[in-house]
Amino acid sequence: MNVIDSGNVAAATAVKLAKADVIAAYPITPQTPLTEKLSQMIDEGEMDAEYVAVESEHSALAVCIGAASAGVRAFTATSANGLLYMSEQVHWAAGARLPLVMCVVNRGVGAPWTVWNDHQDSISQRDAGWIQIYVKDHQEIMDTTIKAFRLAEEVSIPVMVCYDGYYLSHTYMPYDVPEQEKVDQFLPPYHYKHTLTPEAPENLNSVTMPDTRKDIRGDAAPCYMDIRYNLHDEMIQSIEKFEAIDSAFQEIFERGGNPVVTPYRMDDAEHVVVAMGTLANQFKVVIDRIREESGIKVGVLAINLYRPFPIDYIIKALEGRKGVVVYEKALSYGNQGALFGDVKSALYPCEKRPVIQNHIIGLGGREIKTDTLYETLIASCRKADENSGITDTPNWVGLQTVEPTAAER
Amino acid sequence: MGQDLFAIMTSNAEGGEGDAGNTGSWRVERPVINMALCTPAKKQKASCHLCWLYCPDGVISKDLEPEIIMEYCKGCGICAEECPTNAIEMVAESEFVEE
Amino acid sequence: MSTTEAIKKTTVVKLDEEEYTHPGNRACTGCTLNTLYRVGLKALGRDCIFAVPPSCLTVVQGLYPISSSQMPILNVTFASTAAAATGVRAAMKRLGKDTQVVAWAGDGGTADIGLQALSAAIERVEDFIYICYDNEAYMNTGVQRSSTTPRGVLTNNTQHGKVEQKKDVPSIVAAHNPAYVATCSASYPLDFHDKLLKAKQIKGFKYIHIHTPCPPGWGVEDRMAIAVGKAAVDSGLYDLYEIAHGKMRLTGPSEKLLRKKKMPPVTEYFEYQGRFKALEPEYIDALQNEVDQRWAGYREKFL
Repeated sequence: MNVIDSGNVAAATAVKLAKADVIAAYPITPQTPLTEKLSQMIDEGEMDAEYVAVESEHSALAVCIGAASAGVRAFTATSANGLLYMSEQVHWAAGARLPLVMCVVNRGVGAPWTVWNDHQDSISQRDAGWIQIYVKDHQEIMDTTIKAFRLAEEVSIPVMVCYDGYYLSHTYMPYDVPEQEKVDQFLPPYHYKHTLTPEAPENLNSVTMPDTRKDIRGDAAPCYMDIRYNLHDEMIQSIEKFEAIDSAFQEIFERGGNPVVTPYRMDDAEHVVVAMGTLANQFKVVIDRIREESGIKVGVLAINLYRPFPIDYIIKALEGRKGVVVYEKALSYGNQGALFGDVKSALYPCEKRPVIQNHIIGLGGREIKTDTLYETLIASCRKADENSGITDTPNWVGLQTVEPTAAER
Repeated sequence: MGQDLFAIMTSNAEGGEGDAGNTGSWRVERPVINMALCTPAKKQKASCHLCWLYCPDGVISKDLEPEIIMEYCKGCGICAEECPTNAIEMVAESEFVEE
Repeated sequence: MSTTEAIKKTTVVKLDEEEYTHPGNRACTGCTLNTLYRVGLKALGRDCIFAVPPSCLTVVQGLYPISSSQMPILNVTFASTAAAATGVRAAMKRLGKDTQVVAWAGDGGTADIGLQALSAAIERVEDFIYICYDNEAYMNTGVQRSSTTPRGVLTNNTQHGKVEQKKDVPSIVAAHNPAYVATCSASYPLDFHDKLLKAKQIKGFKYIHIHTPCPPGWGVEDRMAIAVGKAAVDSGLYDLYEIAHGKMRLTGPSEKLLRKKKMPPVTEYFEYQGRFKALEPEYIDALQNEVDQRWAGYREKFL
């Protein structure tokens, strides 16, 4: 069924279609309309689930951890400082291998307060052991959230579906709402290997030792480092799983493809823009214009799956290009953009390494003008062509009251 | 389901004794029960059992003649202190070593 | 009144013989939490799931891959006990199971870092039992003050004695008006056992706070661990009571104390312990006076 509605409603509808059993959430802008919608659907009998109105995000994820450990599908959503307040739980859920799904409606992190969009919130959680997927439009919010439940439950790793606050959360766009029977066909019943039950009691997340200990049968049991290695190893295996799940989704719903990275006009591209979320979509318009007006052969590579980081896909897409320009809405302060660092390190083993540049843009909702993207991208392509003036320092695009440094000029 | 091919390593402990090893080795003194003074032993009837109730480690049996699992008894002496008929004496382990 | 009044006193002889823990765990010698846990499980039975934050109980329940408990246990983060228990309970509701959910935390995990989640769970009228074993300091990290450490106590970060009063958590909980609030002592485990039996029958939020002697933390001889807890109750310093349907009544040994002509002085309780060495005589007098007045009030109210 085609509807025109907000991104938050798309996410809520996906959670309903996925038949989540327990939803726990705490209000924070711009996530609030998503969880409000879920509570309304439950109150009105449209959705059969438990809604727990907790007193904090820390507790929101705790409720999900309890529910998922005890055998039911759980969901929460948050933004910005809410995500950071639950950070301890974010790490806990991954270490406990709980198949949770959380929507992160991306917003800048205080201080100073900002309610507007950037990616600093979820990027700061990139090392927590969650799968992170960044989506670009309302249909992707819907479809990816449904896929996320299946992915989380197949690999027993929690999944964050990240979408841009306001750009997607509060804007209205047309999208298709899948039929319930098809979703049921796609998404099997909830599964967690170590479900708490008096019938087969286990002591979950108990203290582990630095070195292996013998279990009750006398076999060597894994220790902390082994358990953590296993999480890392299986996260990498999740890339393949995500592809397979997307194929299964395509068979039923007849849409999807390129779940890991999405290329646009990449075939003959000498230069490639790398970006995540709505920014990647905005660049499609920009490069169409650049190709038409200046003849520069430039393409866009949207990174959808950010953790696990799809190194092979990055190499395949970018090796041998003249230039790669990474635009991102977050950074590792005192260093450079996180995505930039990741892309650069992925390309390090390549024989034909492109020149690579970094732009930081749109922090705290700073308007991202298509003209600005157009100008900075052309300038970056020229620099790459001449291979001069390239630095490792990120260029802050659109500063309004600060003079750019010599390096940035 | 293929799901069980994942999460092959987690911290999911199973019930078993001796998590801390042979905790009897922690003991400095060991409880010795004088059955002539022990109420249930004397009466040959279920009664008292306070040593069993209070034993932190659950190593004293609820029998007419209580038995103590020496492999795990940590030797706290609570049983001796709480015994209303002073039927339990704490005896230095060194004496047993010598014997 | 409801059927919950009908719990008959369990005697030692009648107490379930089956053990739900495994011997050889990591509890310190003379640990009364160990006694409490053993006896508590006898009341709870097998059909329950635990949520446990970092605490001595985490260690007592076993280090991976061995569990010293026969119960299903979810270890959770320090601040999240009541919220995690809420999640387990929500799952039971979804699965149509009556499995009892039990949150079991220490004083730090309850009175300090866990208070926010606890307060919220009571306010939401969650249906589970929350147990706080109060050994009056952060014992698992090596004896640091908590908000339930009494005034005057020596800990590793109150080296001249804690200046502030003990936080009265049961009263804070009671102010939320939950279905059931009780105080217990590890030294009177049968009273705890029967309060658990009662709590199991009640729908809604149940809170049990237990005074739990800790030999290494309190500077008490191992063998005196039970005796010292009894002295706290018998001197009238620590009251055992319950509040059900908004009505408070003294229970077990504290109820008996009402009819006692003379209670032993509070100094008898202090003398067992190294941690009260810094108590000033004037404060002890004031405390004795406070205890006497409180009990005069109880006698007026209940006799």
